[in-house]
Amino acid sequence: MTTLRIGNGCGFWGDSLDAPIRLAQTGRLDVLTLEYLAELTMSILAVQKAKDPSTGYATDFLDVLQRLTPILREQPKLKIVTNAGGMNPRACAARAREVLTAAGLADRRIGIVLGDDLLPSLESLLAAGHRLTNLDTGEPIETVKDRIVSANAYLGAAPIAQALAAGAEIVITGRVADASLTVGPLAQAFGWGFDALHLDRLAAATVAGHLIECGAQATGGLWIHADESTHLENVGYPIVEVSADGRFTLAKPEGSGGVVNIETVAEQLLYEVADPARYFTPDVTANFTTVHLEQAGPNIVAVRGGTANGITDSYKVSAAYRDGYMAAGTLVITGPHAAEKARLSGAILLDRLRQSGLTFEQSRVEALGSGDVVPGVLTRVDAPEVVLRVAVKDARRAAVERFTKEFAPLVTSGFAGTTGYTTGRPPVREVFAYWPALIAKSAVQPRMEMLT
Amino acid sequence: MIQVPLSTIAHGRSGDKGNHANIAILAYTRSGYDWLATHLAADDVAKHFAPLAPSRVERFEAENVLGFNFLLYDVLAGGASRSLRIDTQGKTLALALLQRLIEVPADHARMRRTGEREAQAPGWPNQ
Repeated sequence: MTTLRIGNGCGFWGDSLDAPIRLAQTGRLDVLTLEYLAELTMSILAVQKAKDPSTGYATDFLDVLQRLTPILREQPKLKIVTNAGGMNPRACAARAREVLTAAGLADRRIGIVLGDDLLPSLESLLAAGHRLTNLDTGEPIETVKDRIVSANAYLGAAPIAQALAAGAEIVITGRVADASLTVGPLAQAFGWGFDALHLDRLAAATVAGHLIECGAQATGGLWIHADESTHLENVGYPIVEVSADGRFTLAKPEGSGGVVNIETVAEQLLYEVADPARYFTPDVTANFTTVHLEQAGPNIVAVRGGTANGITDSYKVSAAYRDGYMAAGTLVITGPHAAEKARLSGAILLDRLRQSGLTFEQSRVEALGSGDVVPGVLTRVDAPEVVLRVAVKDARRAAVERFTKEFAPLVTSGFAGTTGYTTGRPPVREVFAYWPALIAKSAVQPRMEMLT
Repeated sequence: MIQVPLSTIAHGRSGDKGNHANIAILAYTRSGYDWLATHLAADDVAKHFAPLAPSRVERFEAENVLGFNFLLYDVLAGGASRSLRIDTQGKTLALALLQRLIEVPADHARMRRTGEREAQAPGWPNQ
C-alpha cells in the first residue's frame, strides 16, 4: 500500500447528513471518518443514558450508516471509523449491527473502543490521588464533584489501530481525540508503532487528522474569500491521501463545490489551536510550525513536515457538571432607533419579571444587527431593524420557565414595530458546564473489543 | 503611512478553547507578515477586545503559514456551555479583528493579496 485515502464526512453532531454519502460515493476512499462529539455532547449523552441505558450515542450515525449500506456493498474494502459511540459505544455498535444485518452485511466486523468513561471509577481515581484539578482555573474538583454528569478521557489512536488490525471494517469509539480517528487507520496501514521511533509520523498524521476533523472547514467553509463562485451549496468534504512517510495531499471529490487552497488549509491548521508548536494529543505533541503547504494542483494542497514535539504522560479529561438552567428568546424590533428600542424592550422584560419577584443570576440583552455580536468592539450602527435577544441563566428551573413566558406580552405592550413572535416560547435547557483536566495515562485503560 | 483594515493584508479564523478563544491572523505575503510582527502585538489585540475583558492575550508565531495565533484568555463569558452571548464560541472574533484599522506604508502593494497563492504550483511527486 503506497497511500491511504481518508475522508471525513462529518465535523460535528448536526453536520450535513448527505455529506458522508456523497463523500463515500465519489471520494475513492479507503477510510471514511465521522466525528460527532463536541466538548459538551458527552454530557447530553450521559444524561440520556442515565434515563435509558440503551441510549447515549450519536443517533445520526445510524441514519448515515443505513444510507451508506449500498455503498458498503459496492466498496467492500471501505472502512468507517467514528466516535459516534459517545457514552455508549456498545449500544451504538449493537444497533449498527442491526442496520448492517438488515442490509445483508451481517459479515462486517465491528470493533469497539472503550475505556474513556471515567465516571464509574471517579471516586477511586480521586482516592488514588488523581486530583482532576480544573486546567483553566486551578479549582479543585471537590467544588463540583456532586454535580458531575460525565468525565471522559480523550483516548488516542492505538485502540483504533488495534481494532482495524483485528479485522474490523467499522470502528466505533467513545471519546477519542478528534485527530486520532485519522491517526489510527494510518498507524495500522503503515505499521507505525506508538513509540518514540514513529513520533514524527504520528505528528504528520495528527496534522492530517486535525485538518479534516471539522469537515468542510478545510474545503471552503468559513474561508474568508468564499462567495457565490465557491459553490458551497455542493461543498466537497476533505480527503487526505497520506504516504507511509507522513506526507499527504488534501483535496476534495472531483466535481464538488468548495475550494482547497493554501488559505483554506492554513486557516484550518490554526483553528482552535493554542500554541501551534505544541498541539497536544494523546498520540503525540505535534508541532504545526514545521508544516509546509504547497498548492500542487487545482484544489489540491500538498502538506509535508509536521514534526513531533515530544509526548505527554497524561490524557486530557473533559468533565461536565450540572450548572443550572438557561433560555434565550428573540423578538424583532423595527423602525427608527430600532436598536435603542430593542435594548429598552429587553430591560422592560427583565423589569417586569423583577416586579414579579424574579431576578436572575445572569441575564443578557442583545440588539443583533446593531453590532452586539462582539459588543463594544464592532462599530454600532442604527439599523432599520434588529433582533432582540434576551438570555438568562439561573439555578432555578421554574424561574427560567417563567422568563420564557415574558416575550409574547411585548408584542402588544412593547414598542411600535415589534414583531417576530412566531416560534412560541423558547425552550429551557439544562446547563452542563465544562471542566477540563488532566489524568496520568497510567490511570486509564483504553481497550478494544470486537462485537460478537 | 495610511490606515487600512487589517483585512487588507491578512485573513484569519477564530474559535474556542473552553472559555478562551483563539484568533489566527494570516498575512497574505511575507512582507505583510514581517510588518505584523512589529505592528500587531498581543497588547494591540487585548486593547481591541477590551470590552470583552480578556484576562490576558498571548501571541504565538506560525511563520510557516505567515500566521500569528492570538490566544484570548477568559474572553467567552463562560464558553460554549454557559455563555449567554449569541456567539458563545468566538466564531466571529476573527472578522472583528480583521476590521480593525492598522497603519501601513502608503505603498503597501507588497503586503496585499495577490493571485499567486491560487495559481498552480509545480506538481507534487505523489500526484
